[in-house]
Amino acid sequence: MSNNYFKVIRSGINSTFQDKGRSNLYHLGIPFSGAMDNRNYLLANKLVKNDLNHPALEFAYQGPLLKYIGEKINIVITGDVSFTIKSKISEINGNCYETYEINDGDEIDILSTNKSVYGYLSFSGKFDVSYQWGSCSTNTKSHIGANNGKKLFDNQIIKISEINKDFTQKKINYFNSKIEKIRVIKGTNFDYFSEIAISNFFKKEFKVSKLSDRMGMRLEGVNLENINNSNIKSEGLIKGVIQVPGDGNPIIMLSDHGTIGGYPKIAVIISADYDRIVQFPSGSKIKFQQVELSDAETLFKMYEMETQNLLNQI
Amino acid sequence: MIKNISNLGDAALYCDFGKNINKETNSYVIKYFDKIKQLKIENINNIIPSYNKLIISYDLNRINYKELKDLIEKIQIDQTDSEKKNILEIPICCEEPYSLDFNRLETKLKLSKKQILQNFLNKKYFCYMTGFIAGMPFLGDLNENMRTNRLETPRVKVPKGSIGITEQFANIYTFESPGGWNIIGNTPKKVFDNFNEDKPNLINPGDTVIFKEITKDEYLNYEQ
Repeated sequence: MSNNYFKVIRSGINSTFQDKGRSNLYHLGIPFSGAMDNRNYLLANKLVKNDLNHPALEFAYQGPLLKYIGEKINIVITGDVSFTIKSKISEINGNCYETYEINDGDEIDILSTNKSVYGYLSFSGKFDVSYQWGSCSTNTKSHIGANNGKKLFDNQIIKISEINKDFTQKKINYFNSKIEKIRVIKGTNFDYFSEIAISNFFKKEFKVSKLSDRMGMRLEGVNLENINNSNIKSEGLIKGVIQVPGDGNPIIMLSDHGTIGGYPKIAVIISADYDRIVQFPSGSKIKFQQVELSDAETLFKMYEMETQNLLNQI
Repeated sequence: MIKNISNLGDAALYCDFGKNINKETNSYVIKYFDKIKQLKIENINNIIPSYNKLIISYDLNRINYKELKDLIEKIQIDQTDSEKKNILEIPICCEEPYSLDFNRLETKLKLSKKQILQNFLNKKYFCYMTGFIAGMPFLGDLNENMRTNRLETPRVKVPKGSIGITEQFANIYTFESPGGWNIIGNTPKKVFDNFNEDKPNLINPGDTVIFKEITKDEYLNYEQ
């Protein structure tokens, strides 16, 4: 154990520790959790030479203001994020995907994510966090994972268990690509909806509601008319499923979603677009496009290859 | 038996066991669940049993829909596979302030509080599945005259330990959570233990649950 730590001066809106998440627990009611935007999470760890499954600090919209106490470390922030680093002698505006040296007394102020939701902070070492079922990912709903299952709070201390001193500064040029349309596969209750509803689903824009979080993203727009039944017998869910309750407004299941649900599933977001759907901030507009299973499989292979290429560049 | 397998998105199999929701259909779902776990098929991320469905999600980096579907279709379920399941007694206090919806239930069901309690307590419940929130059991079946809809406006916060009913089912809120079930009482018993990684859920699919009424005094002095 080291004596190095971060002091949380401002916790931010929803800052949690995340890693790749936990599997094989849905039957108990415990979802995957894990970093919402997996690619940016992996890049953060790789840039500071960590194992790819190390805990990272995930933040949404406004991130934390952290004061660092201890021996020299290096940090990186990924995503599309505005942040400053204040030391005794200077204050700089930081760039994402570029590592920075942090010394005793320095402050990292994560001001906001830009036209996106989630960003990641990693440093050359390991946060001292607790694990449950092999993962530190915090699930605030079931009080599971790091920080006693809670998001960061003001004035808390984040302990550090190890620092990796073998370090060289790193930087990559990467821009988070925006896609025009989110691609989906027909859901298992696609035929519960009227022809007009289906046509609207693929033609109209939907606005991301403020009532969105790590569990789900609520959409507003034209109401999707159900011509069969607005309830189904409760059954399992996976992330990316788009459920439509009786009010006709779709809800997309995200990483901390309930494992069982009773609303019809109109569609499922393809795996290749998951990292991008989570980054649509409230108020932004989404359009859907239908693809077939075989297309989705190919698109995922391409997306994964791209991620691997980025990681290999570092 | 599985009637049909389709895909739920690009990374999950959707196994349909037919329209009927009953113990027999569900026991096949659970048999498949147990069997697939036992076979330790690689690259499966999660197996999610429910009343009449089994959803199997997988790592799309390593296996795809067609490959996994072929593997699942080959599985043989032994009809005599009898799993060792438990009978559990859950204490329930139906006094104020725990029985939030008795007035509503008396009106909806046209039964007195005493009759509702009698119906509820004189019944063995089968656990069909667990989930939604960690450890929440979905139990059935309530008598025909005990069945009613969810609240028109769901509560923003249902207290932890609340026992609710809706349609033919009963459940237990393992955490404070939003929810729309009719709350008839509350249990002091720990139904989900997140520090017991081997067996966090007290009640598991296939188990039988009996509710035992306790007084408010017994509730307040309950020891796990």
